Amino acid sequence: MCTYATVRTALTGSAKGPDSKWFHVTDGTVYFDHPVHAMAEHTLNIDFADPAKGPGARVAVELTAASARELVTAIEAALASAPEELKV
Amino acid sequence: MSDSLSAETIQISGHDGDEIEAYLARPAGDEARGGVVVIHHMPGYDRGTKEIVRRFAELGYDAICPNLYWREAPGAAPDDAAATARANGGVPDARLVGDVGGAAEALRALPTSNGKVGVIGYCSGGRQSVLAACNLPLDAAVDCYGAFVTGTPPEGFPLKVTNLVDQLPNLRCPLLGLFGNEDSYPSPDQVDELDEILTRESKPHEFHRYDNAGHAFFSVDRPAYRVEAANDGWEQIETFYQANLGG
Repeated sequence: MCTYATVRTALTGSAKGPDSKWFHVTDGTVYFDHPVHAMAEHTLNIDFADPAKGPGARVAVELTAASARELVTAIEAALASAPEELKV
Repeated sequence: MSDSLSAETIQISGHDGDEIEAYLARPAGDEARGGVVVIHHMPGYDRGTKEIVRRFAELGYDAICPNLYWREAPGAAPDDAAATARANGGVPDARLVGDVGGAAEALRALPTSNGKVGVIGYCSGGRQSVLAACNLPLDAAVDCYGAFVTGTPPEGFPLKVTNLVDQLPNLRCPLLGLFGNEDSYPSPDQVDELDEILTRESKPHEFHRYDNAGHAFFSVDRPAYRVEAANDGWEQIETFYQANLGG
């Protein structure tokens, strides 16, 4: 099915995108729906994007639900391992 | 009939007179024929969808697919355009109707048109095909596993779409529905509900429901592809359009 569900969030950071060029990331879009490339019927998809630079300024990730949960755990673990004063 | 055809990208007048991109494929020759508007799935105006447009030309129809994401992302790669459109909230129903109406008019304006135009959509486009058929003068509609034609979104489900139950009494043309019995959206119960409503409203419709098939069984480049269902589905589409768009 097409879930139509879309969660958006503002981000500050960078991503390496088209033509191996880095760009500033301003927006994240997260949704669970059909992937374009992954061999699964549904995946957790994340777009790291800078809409001001156009539709092509995007790094897309398609993860199985299990992988997405593992990524969340890994991100939380990495953040937890860093000293609080560094996390601003 | 020759299997020669031509395909090209053109501009058409869509909703509110906006100029939008569309992919047009036409059989060779100047004999009169019906037209088919192909509504692309949520992942966009992509290679797979354009292959479907060319297949309809090979079957003898003038076929067109409007790029529903042209306004948000003109000239972008299909996946980037789909992501941009999604982040912006998707395609509003009124705009979809306007764009499909513009595509249908572009087909009717061709010198080869016999005046009849059908519509077909896949996945989210299945629902949009029914939506178009409830709001536009079309001659045949095909719904390939469109979710939320009937059925109520689950509690807390952050959908931006509504079902089309209140619009079904306005359905203007025969509807062919193709569904996988292993699909959850639309579920077999939701397909039953659609069948019951159309029967009650005396709307001509014909449903084919496939075992061992779920959502997106026509998608040849995805794991959901089911060759048996897809092959029979294409035969049903050919027969249905021949009956409703021919001569």
